Amino acid sequence: MNRASLPLLVVALSLSTPTSKAQDKPLAFVGARVLPIASAPIEDGVLVVQRGRIEAVGARASVALPVDAVVIDVKGKVLMPGLVDTHSHVGGGWGADGSAPIQPGVRMLDAVDCRDAGLQRAQAGGITTLNIMSGSGHLMSGQTIYVKNRDVGDIEQMCYRFVDGAPMGGMKMANGTNSQQDPPFPGTRGKSAALVRESFVAAQEYQRKLEAAAGDASKLPPRDLALEGLLEVLSGKRVVHHHTHRHDDILTVLRLSNEFGFRVVLHHVSEAWKVADEIASEQVPCSLIVIDTPGGKLEAMDFDARSAAELEKRGAASLVAFHTDDWITDSRLFLRSAALAVRAGLSRDTALAALTVNPARMLDLSDKIGTLERGKDADFIVLSGDPLSVWTHVEATWVAGEKVFDRANEKDRLWADGGWGAGQDRVGGLCCLGDREVR
Amino acid sequence: MKLVRGLLSLGVGLALSGALVAQDIAVRAQRLHTVSGAVIENGVVLVRSGKISAVGRASEVQIPSGMRTLAAAVVTPGLIDAHSVVGLAGYLNQPQDQDQHDPAAPIQPELRAIDAYNARERLIEWLRGFGVTTIHTGHGPLALISGQTLIAKTRGDTVDESVFVPCAMIAATLGADSRAEGPGKSPGTAGKQVALLREAFLAAREHQRKLREAGDDAAKKPERNLRHEALIDVLERRVPLLVTAQRHQDISSALRLAREFDFALVLDGASEAYVVLDEIKAAGVSVIAHPPMARFGGELENASRATPKKLADAGLRFAFQSGYESYVPKTRVVLYEAAIAAANGLGADAALRAITLDAARILGVDARIGSLEVGKDGDLALYDGDPFEYTTHCTATVIEGVLVSEGAR
Repeated sequence: MNRASLPLLVVALSLSTPTSKAQDKPLAFVGARVLPIASAPIEDGVLVVQRGRIEAVGARASVALPVDAVVIDVKGKVLMPGLVDTHSHVGGGWGADGSAPIQPGVRMLDAVDCRDAGLQRAQAGGITTLNIMSGSGHLMSGQTIYVKNRDVGDIEQMCYRFVDGAPMGGMKMANGTNSQQDPPFPGTRGKSAALVRESFVAAQEYQRKLEAAAGDASKLPPRDLALEGLLEVLSGKRVVHHHTHRHDDILTVLRLSNEFGFRVVLHHVSEAWKVADEIASEQVPCSLIVIDTPGGKLEAMDFDARSAAELEKRGAASLVAFHTDDWITDSRLFLRSAALAVRAGLSRDTALAALTVNPARMLDLSDKIGTLERGKDADFIVLSGDPLSVWTHVEATWVAGEKVFDRANEKDRLWADGGWGAGQDRVGGLCCLGDREVR
Repeated sequence: MKLVRGLLSLGVGLALSGALVAQDIAVRAQRLHTVSGAVIENGVVLVRSGKISAVGRASEVQIPSGMRTLAAAVVTPGLIDAHSVVGLAGYLNQPQDQDQHDPAAPIQPELRAIDAYNARERLIEWLRGFGVTTIHTGHGPLALISGQTLIAKTRGDTVDESVFVPCAMIAATLGADSRAEGPGKSPGTAGKQVALLREAFLAAREHQRKLREAGDDAAKKPERNLRHEALIDVLERRVPLLVTAQRHQDISSALRLAREFDFALVLDGASEAYVVLDEIKAAGVSVIAHPPMARFGGELENASRATPKKLADAGLRFAFQSGYESYVPKTRVVLYEAAIAAANGLGADAALRAITLDAARILGVDARIGSLEVGKDGDLALYDGDPFEYTTHCTATVIEGVLVSEGAR
């Protein structure tokens, strides 16, 4: 099955129209080196945004600035799409509890603290979209939530939406050691896979009953939140985000995915380099973790930062993304993860795509975010220099045309650097809106 | 191993008609950071019998004919990780490879690091690959007094081949990580932590008094007590007390204890040091700062990447550590950590000094390591660019004239 070319069963709805009055006027960012990702870098480029969307991108000579545009000089800076983190635990939410290993009815939507300091730090790190997930201590710990990192203090206003209007997200799954515990949790890998298979078989049975009822309410099976969650996985609406590290665990995910036909993004994939041929030939997206040292747990003992380069070598560059797994990697260090993969042999182009358009595709959001193209959401970051340099800072982060982080602003700087009070959760939309209005 | 090295040097010596031994090496650098002096463009370091015999411009230092010669864009002194648990804590993070903390009692200064150090631990090899040639490691920041630390080179197959300071410091910890929770558990509060430490030092002082009074009279000597003996080393300033304290009030408590018992204090972690800079400076205490990439939560909720710059501006001596990690990554890398500080106000020169010469000074081994000066150990790190840049590689590591790691990492 070629997962990359699966027809998009789901088209994300636009977020509710951005409300800031300030955005009625077009903003023109002029003079930066612009990295649209969708096309070649533009020296002395222009980015025009209005009402939360990108109006124009191009070389200065080729873009006519709107007459009423507010011009912002970003000469000497680098401008690129906002970063997309496919795997984050900011917000302090827990999904499933200790009662069972498979709980697909549980939603992160109901658990995330959207005023968590971690979301502010993510803004300081240039992250504009996050897939916030529950942990890997369950075979299936629940429904994830795709979040636009805006300062609104309301998770309902922050989440992307499916076409049916429901909050958008995937399904978190895990195999390997984290989800092996005392009963009722599985004690072995074989048992882990058997429990997952049983669940999907049960969902298929449920589906059959639903279809047999043929719309007759009296024949419908009782509603079952867990099975409904699984059906969204089987239908392809909800992508499985699968924690997996060891080479054999990775192949187990592929086997189950093929058996039940669910769409999957492999996460962490510490030993991807060992099974890069299999991953590339099956065209499975990989969101890779980058850690400073192998080990810390048995299934990460053979972690190798070369995995991304090995996939790229096999023609799978578009399938590679990185993630923070915040709090494994601090959200402010997301760019660094890609840079360390470059150190280990990845091309710079793939590294930047792996922070933007590739993860956007993994979240079914590439029609809205991930590149700087006309019509896409105005999510972008202004950098002081090369995105892959330690000496570079995120100077500003813009989400849907609103500046949510400004390194020159003392309050925002606290999120970038840390310092007294930096650990206290709050939300900019309430405390600092006045500072953030664009004049 | 020593025998093998001996034979090897003999063999090489014969082959090159006598002049050179295995611990001879020359290193050329486009940029040579001596740290003790100015950066030398197109520099050369000669190492003879493991010690630096010459440092200077390529035009001034002649490389003896036939001497093994390495070259790199940038060369620095071997890096020093000023506080780690590597070697006691293993990379698998399973019970059998975790010896950094024995939970039986809150105060166990008698636990020697040399009895637990695994010189073949893979994490040591890992650090060496980034140019780290010396680690100060041992019992972890997980008990009021968890035990002793040691200083080792990141080479050697046994503890004796690696370690050059068997008891470097005694590791104490204030704050949440050394607090015991639950009914009947102690120490459960900050006040109790300090009370227990004071009692331990008072007991050691009493033992010290009895020993002094007994003089050479064996009959009058008190029974040996390993715990008191270890703390007497602290009271008599032979061994510093390394106190891990993140909160400002715990830092102040450590300074207060040091005043009361007049021991040599080294502050560790110190994430809120910027609140009590004057106090630390007045005490003349050095700081082994928390890793700038440590997780900013819990006791580190007020941590700041600007702290190293503030320590530098205050004139305090400080170094960086890989620290203690209970999960992933199992160790950090001081090269990476110093890089973050460098890019957040500290600057490259001060950051490099903190992981070389200033670390050596804090550890009391600067006569031997920490800078490229004639007579010091031939410990070198070679890089293909700016050492702090994310995409730069460490291409080789040399310890006492021996190439111990090569290949880009």
